Amino acid sequence: MTDATLTGMALVDGDAAGLVACLAEPLSFWGGFDAATGTVIDRRHPDHGLCLTGRIVVMAAARGSSSGSSVLAEAIRSGTAPAGFVLSTRDAILTVGAQVALELYGRACPIAVVSPAQLACFARWTGLRLDCRNGRATIEEHTVGAPLSPK
Amino acid sequence: MPLTLTAEDRETLAGNRGAAAAFAMRLMVRFADAMGAPALLDITGAHIDGCLYHGQVSLDFVEHALRLGGRVRVPTTLNVGLIDLIHPELFKGPRETAVAATRVMQAYEQLGCHPTYTCAPYQTLFKPRFGDQIAWAESNAIVFANSVIGARTNRYGDFLDLAAALTGRAPAYGLHLTENRRARLVFEITDVPAGWDRERLAIAAGVSIGERAGDTVSVIRGLSPQTTEDDLKALGAVAASAGGVALFHAVGLTPEAPTLDAALQGHAPDAVVRLTADNLKAAIARLSTAAPGARLTAVSLGTPHFSGAEFARLLPLVAGVMFKVPVYISAGRDTWAGLEASGARAQLMAAGVVPVVDTCTYVSTVTCGLAGTVMTNSGKWAWYAPGNLGVEVAYGSLADCVRSAIAGRVVMTEAAV
Repeated sequence: MTDATLTGMALVDGDAAGLVACLAEPLSFWGGFDAATGTVIDRRHPDHGLCLTGRIVVMAAARGSSSGSSVLAEAIRSGTAPAGFVLSTRDAILTVGAQVALELYGRACPIAVVSPAQLACFARWTGLRLDCRNGRATIEEHTVGAPLSPK
Repeated sequence: MPLTLTAEDRETLAGNRGAAAAFAMRLMVRFADAMGAPALLDITGAHIDGCLYHGQVSLDFVEHALRLGGRVRVPTTLNVGLIDLIHPELFKGPRETAVAATRVMQAYEQLGCHPTYTCAPYQTLFKPRFGDQIAWAESNAIVFANSVIGARTNRYGDFLDLAAALTGRAPAYGLHLTENRRARLVFEITDVPAGWDRERLAIAAGVSIGERAGDTVSVIRGLSPQTTEDDLKALGAVAASAGGVALFHAVGLTPEAPTLDAALQGHAPDAVVRLTADNLKAAIARLSTAAPGARLTAVSLGTPHFSGAEFARLLPLVAGVMFKVPVYISAGRDTWAGLEASGARAQLMAAGVVPVVDTCTYVSTVTCGLAGTVMTNSGKWAWYAPGNLGVEVAYGSLADCVRSAIAGRVVMTEAAV
């Protein structure tokens, strides 16, 4: 069941659905996220301790070191990564990490970019479904528990 | 604007320059598309951070490029790795990690990268020149290349650094373009705390810029006219740690800022931030979690890598002294080799210096088990160490670090507190 649809730009292709994890602040994947456990380990981050595995991470931007690309790709490889991302800025670090994982392992972790106003809407959604292809992202509200049907 | 590729780019993509170049170009094109770059441009050099092992993916990526027959197309330097390849026995960690991390470093060499293993490639023969278009990874190297040299790079990360080296291309956007290099923020140092030297002032300015500017290009006025390249290195490194700073200008000191107006490219700034003596003292205070008098477990120097000029400043200070705690100094293997030839390395080690080669005190398990209070003259090290290594940290000048290492406790000259 879906009740709302938004469109945005796709940075990395793929199809994903999951519970929304709306982060209060930008997160640096290097030093801020543990690829072994999938959790936020930055003690200064308001979402410290939150497990992001399988979630659709909604945040304005990523932050910090370029080693974040490796950390995200390693998490995608080992199955601890978020299912996908919705951002309001084009983020180079996460884009490269997700693209490399797609090339090397064929595992998708789609990344969509929407306007800051649209991003604010997702705080009210519990789950969403992300369909990124050919540069275009379709984002639908996704009722948790509903099957993720292929399109 | 859609990405327009040249005929040569399309040939690379089609595999006419080999499978590895095609793989790299595919990554480059997707990235450039995602960033909204209208085209790619030629680069004259690359610096790779991906040689630092972050897990299986680090190895899988470089082995994939090697299997496809990869060869870098431009002179390419390597950042630090996880292992001291010259003294591998120093590694204190799981054997599987040592094997994989060593293999990652060797694989990058097999792709044709130069085994510099330094976060300061600007101290090597591969130092770029003003105006050169380059693709560099590692935040301090990036901010130094852009700001101090006037070469042009965006903040490239793992994987894309090798993709640039294998294709000799980078996306034509961001700091590669003149118009994006103009300062939007002005930092004006209004007064300097009494007794401060230029080294401390540069660090305080770096903290202030990083915290306030984020990734906005800024220009700073009021640094000492005697500010050295090493001071600017330290300023940029801490600014890139406290914020995403990739380029700053310093009036009269950096090449794109002969005047304030030149740095602003004739535009009005978005804002002017005044830095008072109190602001600067507060910025320095934020770097320390330990108080003067605290018992030390170690001193860490050389983040970014210690330069020949810094060793020249240090050597007279260590003549005839004996440190109570280990003094770790990270520097490039070529820098250490030079010190070995002159006998300076032996002199430093006799005083209690522990050389850190090919790697870095943050990531290296050479310093495994570091606890308690560590003193450093690096703003960057002070910024990261409490979170990354779980130690207490005291920031002090190089001279105070030496005094403290001799005393075995945090000693700060009056001006510092």
